Amino acid sequence: MGPEAQFKQHLADGKFMILRSASTGAFVFYPRPFIPGTGEDDLEWVEAKGTGTVYSTTVNRRSPEKGGTFNVCLIDLDEGVRMLSRVVGMTPEDVSIGLKVRAKIEDLNGEPAVVWEAA
Amino acid sequence: MASDMAHLRGKTACIGAAAWGCGEQPGWSSLEIMGQNARLALADAGLTIADVDGVWAATAVHAMPSMSLAEHLGIVPKYSSGSNIGGSSFMSHVLDAAVHLDAGLIDVALIAYGSNQRTQGGFRSASEPVPFEAQYDVRLPINAYALAAARYMHEFGATREHLAEVAVAARGWAGHNPEAFTRDPITVDDVLGARMISDPLGKLDCCLVTDGGGALVMVRADRAADHAKPVYLLGAGMAHDHRMISEMPDLTTTCAVQAGQRAFAMAGLGPRDMNTVQLYDAFTINTILFLEDLGFCKKGEGKDFVAGGHIAPGGGLPVNTNGGGLSCVHPGMYGLFVLIEAIRQCRGAAPGLQIPDATVSLAHGNGGVLSSQVTTIWGTADAL
Repeated sequence: MGPEAQFKQHLADGKFMILRSASTGAFVFYPRPFIPGTGEDDLEWVEAKGTGTVYSTTVNRRSPEKGGTFNVCLIDLDEGVRMLSRVVGMTPEDVSIGLKVRAKIEDLNGEPAVVWEAA
Repeated sequence: MASDMAHLRGKTACIGAAAWGCGEQPGWSSLEIMGQNARLALADAGLTIADVDGVWAATAVHAMPSMSLAEHLGIVPKYSSGSNIGGSSFMSHVLDAAVHLDAGLIDVALIAYGSNQRTQGGFRSASEPVPFEAQYDVRLPINAYALAAARYMHEFGATREHLAEVAVAARGWAGHNPEAFTRDPITVDDVLGARMISDPLGKLDCCLVTDGGGALVMVRADRAADHAKPVYLLGAGMAHDHRMISEMPDLTTTCAVQAGQRAFAMAGLGPRDMNTVQLYDAFTINTILFLEDLGFCKKGEGKDFVAGGHIAPGGGLPVNTNGGGLSCVHPGMYGLFVLIEAIRQCRGAAPGLQIPDATVSLAHGNGGVLSSQVTTIWGTADAL
C-alpha cells in the first residue's frame, strides 16, 4: 500500500497521521514515499499534533439548493506543513486568516477527512 | 553553454497569426476552430499547410491534440507535441518551437488552440480531481485564486477596490476593441456589486467563458526577413513550483519571478524596455501578482500600481491592451491570445488601441493554479 492509501487507512482507523523523516525530522504533507526536494525515504508515520493556523480562506457561494455556502481554506500545521481543508462549526464568512484551529476527523463525501474547528 | 539561452535571442520570429471564432461560434467543434485558425495563420504568413513540419497544440478536450490537428490538416510533421502545462502551454510551445527551429529539426512551426466551450455548455477543465483536495469540494481553479487574493489582501493591506481596478482597466481597453466579447464600460462599484462567487472574487473579478481559437506560425529569422512584419522572439523563460494550490510555497509570489528573470536575461532587456505588457489575467489578482513578480513594481506595491487607471488606456503602462481574459476572450485556455496581442502590437496591427511605436512587447502565460509561469518577449526588427 502506498502512502496515500496508508493515510486514508489511518483516517479510517480514527487517526490523523503524517510522515516524518527519521534522519532529518522533516515533515511532509501530502504523504508521499520520500521528502520532496531532498529525497530522504526514511519516513515514519507520526500522529499529527492536530493544531494549526489558517493561512488563507475563501467562501464558496453555493446556492442553498446545492447545499449552501461552505469554507475552503489552507491550514498551516504546527509541524510546518500545509494542507487544503475546511473549517467547520462556524459561519464560513467568519473564518479568518491567522485563526488558530484544531483538527478533527469527520465524514466528507462518504469518506473520513481531516477538518478543522476554531481552537 | 550559457544557461540563459541568450544564443536564441532573435533567432526565430512569428510571421503569421490568427484569432478566429472568438466569442461565440455555435455548431463548430474545438478541432474545427483550431484547424481554421491554423489555415488563417498560415495564409497570413504567406505559407501553405504543406509547409508545416512542426506542430504544437494543447486543448482541454484532446488527449493528443497535436496529432488531431496534424491529421485534420493532412500533414506529416517531423516533430509535434501536445505538452500541457495549462494556460501557459502556448508560451512553452513558443520556446519549444524556437529551440527546434534553431536546431534545424524543423523549418516551419505551427502553434494552435481551439475551443467551443461557451456554446457547448460552459467552462471545462482538462484537470483530473487532485488528490488530498478534491474531497473538500474545492472549486478549481477559482478557489485557488481566491485563496491567493485573500492572502495578498491580508499581507499587503489590499482591498477589493484594488482588485476591481484591474477589471475596470481591462474593460477600458476592451471598449476600444471590436474583437472583445464585453465592451460596455464598468466602474469599481460595478465590480464590487457583482455576484460573489468565491470570496473575495466576484463575477467581474473572473475571466470570461467564450469560444475561440488562435494560431501562430514561427520560422527562423533568415526566412522571416522576407516577410512584411516579422516579430522576433527576443526572450523566453519558464518555471513552475507546484501543481496544487496547497503545494504553492507562498501564495503571494509566483514563479513568474524566475520565468521573467530568464526571459529578460535572454532578451538583454528589462521591464522598463517593454512598450506593452500582456499578462494572463484569469482573475484580477493575476495582473497584480505578475506586475510585481515580473519586476514592474515591488512586491506589495502592485495594488497601488494598478490604481487610478495606471494600467488603463491613457495610463502609464499599457497592460492587456486587447481587454484581456477578463473582457476580450477566454476560451478555457487564454495563453495563445496573450501572445497574439503582444505580436499584433509589435506589428502595428492591434484590433483595438494600437500603442504608437510599440517595438517590444511582453507576453506572460500562467497555467494551473498560479502554477506554471512562462514569459516571452517579442520585438520588431528595430529591437534586434
